[in-house]
Amino acid sequence: MYKGQSGMWAWLLHRVTGLGILLFLFIHIVDVSLLGFGPAVYDEGIALFDSVIVRLLSLSLIGAVLLHAFNGVRIMVIDFWRKGVKYQLAMFIIALVLTIAGFIPFAIYILAPVLPFLHTHTTTITK
Amino acid sequence: MRISTGYGTKPAGGGFETFSWYFFRISGVLLIFLVIIHLIVMHVTTDVACTTYQFVAQRYDNPLWRLYDWLLLTLALLHGMNGLRVVIDDYVRGRGARLIFLSTAGTLTLVFFMLGTITLITFQHSANVGVSCLH
Repeated sequence: MYKGQSGMWAWLLHRVTGLGILLFLFIHIVDVSLLGFGPAVYDEGIALFDSVIVRLLSLSLIGAVLLHAFNGVRIMVIDFWRKGVKYQLAMFIIALVLTIAGFIPFAIYILAPVLPFLHTHTTTITK
Repeated sequence: MRISTGYGTKPAGGGFETFSWYFFRISGVLLIFLVIIHLIVMHVTTDVACTTYQFVAQRYDNPLWRLYDWLLLTLALLHGMNGLRVVIDDYVRGRGARLIFLSTAGTLTLVFFMLGTITLITFQHSANVGVSCLH
């Protein structure tokens, strides 16, 4: 087995997140197409997005998107900057940090409606 | 370190892989903005429980949002399926298997592109647009 280092893990994460996002995209195109069946059917589909499990899944998707995007920028910097390769590890760390930094506000917005102690101005689920 | 000048000998396989290389990067940059804004509109400025039929109907009354979503659909689908093609190239080596996998990938691309485009073009909200939020 190829004992790669940070560069290999960056490549692997980029590939895994890319495929994960693609799979989600297939499901998403189908659920949006439900619009053609009217509000009763479409809103049923949206109700699925409302549950805690799916909110957590949405959050992991957002994490995947952020990582894939920031690592993608890192790849382009490696491609187009003479010193890109030299700083690839530093850029990978920056990409990871930015992913986490961007993830936190999304997590707050998405989980706040279902976690009472995070309740700010958003509505909570009454159940 | 040599950087592409854009001219000179093309790779033996023809120009498609070069095009694919540029396409990933150009579509990727555009997608950064398209996707992040999409996520903010769908999850931050509105809670997902309020992204109902009514929400969509209001957005799609403005054809620019339909265009935005169609660009997002097309670029994301092509960017992702091109990536899938690269993954298939890496792991599927036999001729028969490649035929099956690549043609499945191509078919999926067409089917999902058509489904998404049809949805965006034909959507006309019904008279009753339903609730604004699910609760």
